[in-house]
Amino acid sequence: MLNIASGQEAAPQDTTALDSLVVIPPGVTPVSVKNIVARDNPNDDGGAIYLTWDKSVDDIDGGKVTRYNILRSDSKDGEFVEIGDVASGNNEFYDNSTEDGVQYYYIVTAVNELKENGEILWAVSSESEIAGPAESSAQWFDFRRINVFIGTILICTFILYFISAAKSGKKLYIRKIAGMESVDDAVGRATEMGKKVFFIPGINDMDNVQTIAGLTILGRVAQLTAEYETWIEVPVCKSLVMITARETVKEAYAKVGRPDAFNEDQVHYVTDDQFGYAAAIDGMFVRERPAAVFYMGAFFAESLIMAETGNSIGAIQIAGTGQPSQLPFFVAACDYTLIGEELFAASAYLSKEPKLLGSLKGQDLGKAVILVALILGLILESFNVFKLSNLFSVID
Amino acid sequence: MAITAIVGIVFVIQYFIPHYPFNNFNAWFSDWFSIIGACAIWLGALNLMKISAVKIYRRKSGWGYPVIIILSFVATVFVGFYEGDSFRDLGTGFDWMYRHVYTPLSSTMFALLAFFVASASYRAFRARNFEATLLLLAAFFVMFGRVPVGDAVAGIFGIPESIMPSRVAVWIMNVINSAGQRAIMIGIALGIVSTSLRIILGIERAHLGGD
Repeated sequence: MLNIASGQEAAPQDTTALDSLVVIPPGVTPVSVKNIVARDNPNDDGGAIYLTWDKSVDDIDGGKVTRYNILRSDSKDGEFVEIGDVASGNNEFYDNSTEDGVQYYYIVTAVNELKENGEILWAVSSESEIAGPAESSAQWFDFRRINVFIGTILICTFILYFISAAKSGKKLYIRKIAGMESVDDAVGRATEMGKKVFFIPGINDMDNVQTIAGLTILGRVAQLTAEYETWIEVPVCKSLVMITARETVKEAYAKVGRPDAFNEDQVHYVTDDQFGYAAAIDGMFVRERPAAVFYMGAFFAESLIMAETGNSIGAIQIAGTGQPSQLPFFVAACDYTLIGEELFAASAYLSKEPKLLGSLKGQDLGKAVILVALILGLILESFNVFKLSNLFSVID
Repeated sequence: MAITAIVGIVFVIQYFIPHYPFNNFNAWFSDWFSIIGACAIWLGALNLMKISAVKIYRRKSGWGYPVIIILSFVATVFVGFYEGDSFRDLGTGFDWMYRHVYTPLSSTMFALLAFFVASASYRAFRARNFEATLLLLAAFFVMFGRVPVGDAVAGIFGIPESIMPSRVAVWIMNVINSAGQRAIMIGIALGIVSTSLRIILGIERAHLGGD
């Protein structure tokens, strides 16, 4: 039997129901909460109000508070309706059902109740003062991401500075990337053997930066194959990649004055399925036995299947991916591997264009800043001086 | 190029602005891309049929495989359309093809990885120089520590609990391997920022089909 009151004892019931009468013990009403603050939830797209309060003094272990009920009204004198509750020990609540521009008022009640077998035998509560008005609204900037914003501006500034420096004629040094130095040799080998060159641009679609980086390299490799009159085959996993790769290869052939040598069938679709694609590539490798294979893009579990098959037919293999988990497989199975950022640097490396080389220098300066932050953070946090890693945390 | 630049800048900005409509851009553009990708699949499918048909017509070497491609494609499309809206339900012909044809084939390809890992490891883990020897030792400790017999053998020799093979394997993976992977990921992240900026500014035009 339920008796809910605001600090009152239950009235006696019908004598026939005497056995089920529950008397609320004295002194169980908790002290009400104080200092309720209702404000617009910051850094959101509106529709939420954030409530905080000072917990009831009775909110202790074994105390008189079991939960807090939150009631809301859109006018101070209007009817307050319960919109949620939180367990004892908590002193905050997010009201996610507000309408922007509407003023709301809140009451928080501290509730003490006794339950038996899931049924509430009695409950008492004490109400707080009315808090409000509070109004929700959307913000134009998420200040929780200010560190990402500053980092983005910083790195973009570095890159733009070095691009303009390169355009003004400044010589920029770029270290050798072994994999890219061997592109000429790989294509030359295929030409001498009269065999094909295969280019695998990964299994992700055009919305992945690795695929775009891979297609940029495809353009450079296709120029070489056009010059050497070697057949380059580009089996792809996604239709949009097929369209883009076809245009890239066609443009590459036109650039070296061999538009007639381009054949649309050089770039063809296989399947969207990961292992179906791997099976098809393996079949092509075993039947056509290319002399050179390039893997440039995003790869997953199928990487080792393709790379090992390529290795078994004796092809020279050059791989590059931004998937750290697949790099060990490519390192083990391929002759040259572009590790991580080398994939994104490859297009600049091959073209030697000042603007592209400038962007690499900017990237390197960003890496230097991160390195300094790592060393500084290591020292500061090891000696418990300052938690530098907090400045780099991201809230999504 | 203008579309790329505008959309690229908008996508960078929307990450920092929770206000409508910026908070919805990510979802809208993802939906649009999925729709375009779904429509574009017909381009790929028709290209596949064309290439296969040409190979069969010209009786090029291995023309039997394109026959299987075309027959499988037509059968799957026919069964799928025949089943109607509920083609993915249990007990349909399409479901049967998925469970008894596609899944075993896919699993077979995935299972090949075990053998390829073994052959790649056999080639890669050779003590040719100092770095290769380090790699060999690390691989040995990780492999030894990942199997129950590792700890069992170590127990026989009375090796302390703190340097049991399984503990060493976990330490190598959690400390050394993680550090290396994180360093690579930092470089990749910077590479992505740089490439994205080049694409937005129009310096890199591979996505448009080249220079």
